[in-house]
Amino acid sequence: MTDPIVGARIWLPEAALQGLIDQLRASGYEVVGPRVADGAVTLVEVTSISEMPRGVRDEQEPGKYRLTVIEGAGLFDHVVGPHSLKPYLFPPRTTVLEVLKIRDSWDARVPEPPRPKRAVIGVRSCDLHALAIQDRVFLGGQHRDPEYAARREGLFLIAVNCSRSAPTCFCVSMNTGPKVDGGADLVLTELNTGFVVEVGTEKGGEVLRGLDIRESTLAEFAEATEVPQRAASQQTRRINLATVHDTLINNLEHPRWEDVAKRCLSCANCTMVCPTCFCSTVNEVTDLAGDVTTRERVWESCFNEEHSWTGSGAAHPTTKSRYRQWLTHKLATWVDQFGSSGCVGCGRCITWCPVGIDITEEVAAIEAKGGVA
Amino acid sequence: MTALPVSPWRVSMTTIRAVKAETPGVTTYDLSFDDPAAGYSFLPGQFNMLYLPGIGESAISMSSDAAEPGKLRHTVRAVGNVTRAMERLLTGDKIGVRGPFGTSWPVEQSRGNDVIVAAGGLGLAPLRPAIYHLIRHRSSYGRVTVLYGARSPADLLYTDEYEAWHSAGLDVQVTVDVGSADWQGSIGFVTTLLSRVPLEPTRTDVFTCGPEVMMRFIASGAVNRGIAAGRVFVSLERNMNCAVGLCGHCQFGSEFVCKDGPVFPFDRVRRLMHVENI
Amino acid sequence: MPPRLAVFKFASCDGCQLSLLACEDELLAVAEKVEIAYFLEAGPRDTTGMYDIGLVEGSVTTPHDAERIREVRAQCKYLVTIGACATSGGIQALRNWGDVDEFARQVYAHPEYLKTLATSTAIADHVKVDFELRGCPVNKHQLVELISALLWGRTPRVARYSVCVECKRRQVVCVAVARGVACLGPVTQAGCEVICPAYARECFGCFGPKEQPNLLSLGVRYRDDGHDPQHLTRLVRSFNAYSAEFRNFDPANQKES
Repeated sequence: MTDPIVGARIWLPEAALQGLIDQLRASGYEVVGPRVADGAVTLVEVTSISEMPRGVRDEQEPGKYRLTVIEGAGLFDHVVGPHSLKPYLFPPRTTVLEVLKIRDSWDARVPEPPRPKRAVIGVRSCDLHALAIQDRVFLGGQHRDPEYAARREGLFLIAVNCSRSAPTCFCVSMNTGPKVDGGADLVLTELNTGFVVEVGTEKGGEVLRGLDIRESTLAEFAEATEVPQRAASQQTRRINLATVHDTLINNLEHPRWEDVAKRCLSCANCTMVCPTCFCSTVNEVTDLAGDVTTRERVWESCFNEEHSWTGSGAAHPTTKSRYRQWLTHKLATWVDQFGSSGCVGCGRCITWCPVGIDITEEVAAIEAKGGVA
Repeated sequence: MTALPVSPWRVSMTTIRAVKAETPGVTTYDLSFDDPAAGYSFLPGQFNMLYLPGIGESAISMSSDAAEPGKLRHTVRAVGNVTRAMERLLTGDKIGVRGPFGTSWPVEQSRGNDVIVAAGGLGLAPLRPAIYHLIRHRSSYGRVTVLYGARSPADLLYTDEYEAWHSAGLDVQVTVDVGSADWQGSIGFVTTLLSRVPLEPTRTDVFTCGPEVMMRFIASGAVNRGIAAGRVFVSLERNMNCAVGLCGHCQFGSEFVCKDGPVFPFDRVRRLMHVENI
Repeated sequence: MPPRLAVFKFASCDGCQLSLLACEDELLAVAEKVEIAYFLEAGPRDTTGMYDIGLVEGSVTTPHDAERIREVRAQCKYLVTIGACATSGGIQALRNWGDVDEFARQVYAHPEYLKTLATSTAIADHVKVDFELRGCPVNKHQLVELISALLWGRTPRVARYSVCVECKRRQVVCVAVARGVACLGPVTQAGCEVICPAYARECFGCFGPKEQPNLLSLGVRYRDDGHDPQHLTRLVRSFNAYSAEFRNFDPANQKES
């Protein structure tokens, strides 16, 4: 019997992927994976591989996303869709404080966060890097987020090496993919009849035990190695990671900010689909009787005026100032704050911008005609 | 399962012990913690998130003596939802507190130096704990000058304390933008006071708080008089929501104003302070 | 003394008032905390004294309306407009681009008995408004938030940002990007709980313009994607056609006039 120890390379026949899902579910995990819904490959609960998107390819370009079905293609022929891991760790809406009126005072209680056990199948390298970035934001500082910590602890990650890139992908230039370089319990590479599985953690090896597995052959491993290489070779967009920080910081008054503000809708879609954007706001939600109030945290965006509101007006009153805040934060000041770029090159902000604004193009335009700040 | 981090949203209840009307729209609240075991202490220049259940939170600097943390005091201008609702509160009412948060005036680092405290309007409130500290440890500092400007005589804060500050060995200079019939003091901007005050640039630290444009002029004025930008400290205002660097609202370039500030050495933020809407 | 609430109707379909009645679970709690003093749709018609909160539905379309809204304003301490008619003039503001006399001749046998204005306008064009709730109709949770907030003593929390923010919070797949339909979500104010996109339909702009909407950029994009500019004109010339940010936009010509 094959021993799936950490570092082992295992062959998992396609049918046995169902066994893996069953095993995880039997261990108490909710299993989340790719599933076609509303015209996109979404990331929602799956119970069977029959629900997964066989042969589905996503055609992506700035402001456009369409699905096509290719005969004979695999379960993971798509790349990243509109969803990411983000809502599973940093929920769009959550209660951070419950307050009850008791006589003349208030009893304020922090609710115990849920501790879900959740396994996600099909996580891509860019999203693992995004997770590592959010780990630094929510868990890396003096003040840490308990709900994120609770959800992070119960997360089981089954990554997949991308077999193709969308035209919007630029992870190669961000050093974040497409080959998975850690951070997952298991890493799958899809071949014709099954998967080469790299065991990333003991927890990962554990769920493989009892499945129809064997050690992968050298030929299978060699073929698997080529899969993400092929995806990497397809990428056309890029950001110059070495220079982008200074390019942006030294061009805070560049005319391109005015130019992009004419196109930008300030609709916040880019920040909402971004797997690393972490802005939130806490609102007061009250009952009618006057006895109960809860403090509810929701996803927010630097593109919303109220985000930067102070007693003396908004710090970012214009679309120009908001786009500049977003782009400089994502690609430059994030590095100063957290030691890495805030961008993983997943391209979601390009695809899901209703008017197709392309951050790689905006950076290139500033780079090409660098003014003086 | 490992223990989860302590929630940054945890709030402690306090009781209002006194309410004092200062200037039009500005009120000082004295608070005491309902749970004395809270073990609360703060540094001059730090802020709390004040919470009114059902209304929301607002970031307000402490304006009281940090050496007496049990007598917490906040001076508040009624401008937003929370601060306007505070105007309706009376002695005995409850206010939630999270804090203290943020950086402080470098009073320890300034020991042995001359200190200029330059405040505009409500900006005197976050500086008052620094003034109390300088008075409490008066012999540890050289010349201490308080320069304070407000729009009109009626807008001057803490007028009943200037005499005590003066008696404690501080040079207190006050100015208003627009005088009144019975105003016999200086008329003009606080920046003008700075340009006239005698100073030894190599041994002077400047703490300034007020409207951003005023701080920019004070800081630039100090630098023009030969004080190194790293010896000038400004206190910035941005939208604080979580106060612990997790919500993103208060960003100012690379800085989270809530945890990297609000008090910054001018050399660290100088460039950004000259970029519009950054 | 509980605050006295009044509900007034101007030119409208009554749908927003009905949203208040549709707050079935919350209505009892509202009735316990608020004296519903004047609400013809529901019965009460106490016309004595001042009202603490006045909810106004509908737009001003007649000389009589224009007079009456001033009286209503004088009777209400805190006046809230509810719905697209009251906040922007409503669907009936399409008359503002047409010839009302001509419409009247087409519709009525004796148009000479009509006393109507040439325009349908928002309440705020006539009197000071303290707060507005958008929507066609208003969202019942926003109505409850309005009343709850006023009871607790804070400004009601109503988003000014785009519908897209709520779509993404609900993880709804973008219909504009994934289906290529012309959706007004990116220029429309949130608050509807994304009813249409959640059912794979485009946003029709019921909540009116978001803060600083960029209609020009969105219009150019949709035109370049092959959408008929006339279709865009019809989308914008709808419930909130006469709102300040929508009224001057002419997608057919791709310019702001």
